[in-house]
Amino acid sequence: MLKPITILVSVDSNSALLGARHYKNYLSQLVKKYNLDSITDVLETGSFGNYGEGVLISILPENIHYSVKSEKDIELIVQEYLLKGRRVPSLVVEKIEKEETEEKKKNVEERVVLRNAGEIDPKNINEYIAKDGYQALAKVLNEERIEVINKVKESGLRGRGGAGFPTGMKWEFTYKVDNPEKYVICNADEGEPGTFKDRLIMEGDPHSVIEGMAIAAYAVGANKGYIYIRGEYFESISNLRKAIEQAYEYGLLGDNILDSGFNFDLSVRLGAGAYVCGEETALIESIEGKSGRPRLKPPYPPVSGLYGKPTVVNNVETYASVPPIIINGPDWFKVLGTSNSAGTKVFSLCGNLINKGIVEVKMGTTVSDLVYNFGGGIRDGKAIKMIQTGGAAGTFIKPEEMNTPLDFDSMKNYGISLGSGVILAINEDHCAVDVALNLMEFFEHESCGKCTPCREGTKVIVDILHKFSKGQGSEELFNSLYDIAETMEASAFCGLGQAVPIPLRSILDRFKDEFMAHVGVDEAPCGVCKFPKKKKKVH
Amino acid sequence: MLSLTECPGCKEKYKELEEFISGVKNEPGILINVLHKAQELFGYLSEETQQFVADKLEVPLSRVYGVVTFYNFFSTKPKGKNQIKVCLGTACYVKGADKVMQRLLDDLKVGMEEPTEDGLFSVHAVRCLGACSMAPVVLVGERDFYGRVTPDEASKIIEKYRRNENGKN
Repeated sequence: MLKPITILVSVDSNSALLGARHYKNYLSQLVKKYNLDSITDVLETGSFGNYGEGVLISILPENIHYSVKSEKDIELIVQEYLLKGRRVPSLVVEKIEKEETEEKKKNVEERVVLRNAGEIDPKNINEYIAKDGYQALAKVLNEERIEVINKVKESGLRGRGGAGFPTGMKWEFTYKVDNPEKYVICNADEGEPGTFKDRLIMEGDPHSVIEGMAIAAYAVGANKGYIYIRGEYFESISNLRKAIEQAYEYGLLGDNILDSGFNFDLSVRLGAGAYVCGEETALIESIEGKSGRPRLKPPYPPVSGLYGKPTVVNNVETYASVPPIIINGPDWFKVLGTSNSAGTKVFSLCGNLINKGIVEVKMGTTVSDLVYNFGGGIRDGKAIKMIQTGGAAGTFIKPEEMNTPLDFDSMKNYGISLGSGVILAINEDHCAVDVALNLMEFFEHESCGKCTPCREGTKVIVDILHKFSKGQGSEELFNSLYDIAETMEASAFCGLGQAVPIPLRSILDRFKDEFMAHVGVDEAPCGVCKFPKKKKKVH
Repeated sequence: MLSLTECPGCKEKYKELEEFISGVKNEPGILINVLHKAQELFGYLSEETQQFVADKLEVPLSRVYGVVTFYNFFSTKPKGKNQIKVCLGTACYVKGADKVMQRLLDDLKVGMEEPTEDGLFSVHAVRCLGACSMAPVVLVGERDFYGRVTPDEASKIIEKYRRNENGKN
């Protein structure tokens, strides 16, 4: 029986750090103590998206959001709201959706992928089913496989992992290969510094990913699927495993799904911390139990993937987009975005922003909207210096470029990448040389070593940047960074090495002055880099 | 047959590992999952443990070693009892993760990845842990996350674990 009052506490890997799980338990205790448990349910849910100073809870049916920072706040809510029926205005969070003005209307979130996150209990399959969950799967099982692929093609859905390859085409290639054994894989090896959207999708609504994968498997003719996920993502792993178990119990995975004759088995495989495994062929090697070094392409996975069989590899967000497309139709999805980039995109907002968290907005939303309207601007009244968009392999841009709309074409049109949807704001306290060095050290460490341009190129870049950070740079060295970038772009074996030049060039182009200010001076101009003291000449 | 070290508790751990392996042995590509389990049991993957896994899975030791050294998650050397991992991903970095890291190394008087003399701690740099809204992030062991950590809080975290350890003795 549904109880009259439901309190949802947003418990995910990020909010848990603010004590979310503790507050939930404390709330349950108090509800019991005051004998409110016959009328009140206290449940966990996924991310509401925004992370302010406190843990967000939502009280239904009134749908008020409160931000909780201490046990005292919980006591206040129980005593004032639950016992006396009075709101606690000091803790209420204004939801963005409530803004009425025209100006604000265009800044409203559009939730497709995150439709259920923060609304349902991710550990309970019935709540997903109650929100039309698995209806899309039931629907496609009565359709021809090619019809399903055509719908995904028409919707214009493109891969959300960063590369933006049309999903329907990928499925069609796999479908066309005649082989009784095929695989579908979900790339959940999220490791772009600054990206945490997939994690929150899996924690908040794991069944949407499972359903999307089952639909893909049916469409291409696969009977086995793997979710390849980072070993560090404990919450996501446990929510996914639980969800898979429940789907098996309900006959939504396994043999003869919904009496259609279609069989699909799904299991979770753990990654072990290698950024290169986000590259699809390296990921496939890793699932085969080997070191995750990329394969030569072609052949591409749709032709020869896992164990040499045709394989579809898609990102978490891509799979989660599929069920709503099937239910609402391709046209509905298409009109949400821009001409070449249909639908919505989940962005991870982080760095020196006031509101950090994830938001899902229409494709074509500008960087400035994301930074100011959703991100709340820069913390502590500091000036914004640069924004990295897209992820580690994305571009650094200056504040004056923030009016650029982000979609799959923004790289081509403006040289600003959408990538995996990172908006990482960096304030004036930071030094461009130091930021570049930190990022390039990351790539140096994560280069798998298979090909020389990437293995050696990243090392030389780091060495040169080190020189700048110690006051030993020169214009010649600055220019040589471009040469290395060109070589890597042209000759690196896989996407990792080929992408390193993107962030590197973007920061060099825009901050040349700052790099040069580190040359020929005794003290670092930035206050971040530390030049070694020069030995005083002995007269 | 490999003769195993007589370390305390090792016999039981190898037995548990063997049981785990026999349950999954026939699944293709299971090596990485087995290594996850082995490291969970032993804390790191010694040559002996690697040989044990190779024997039980009937794969060459070179293959096991290749995989172990490829992935960041696996370690061939013992680490501190409490591994303190500091995220140096870009989002954490711009929020001062480097200062947190320095404080930890200073307080513990160790270099990166070096266990402290009493073996209680070691400090490791890790890549993005996917909790960027809580940057900078510190992870102790496998599950204890700390968000929005300042250098002073980092010192307190060490004290907290030290107190817990002393409480046990």
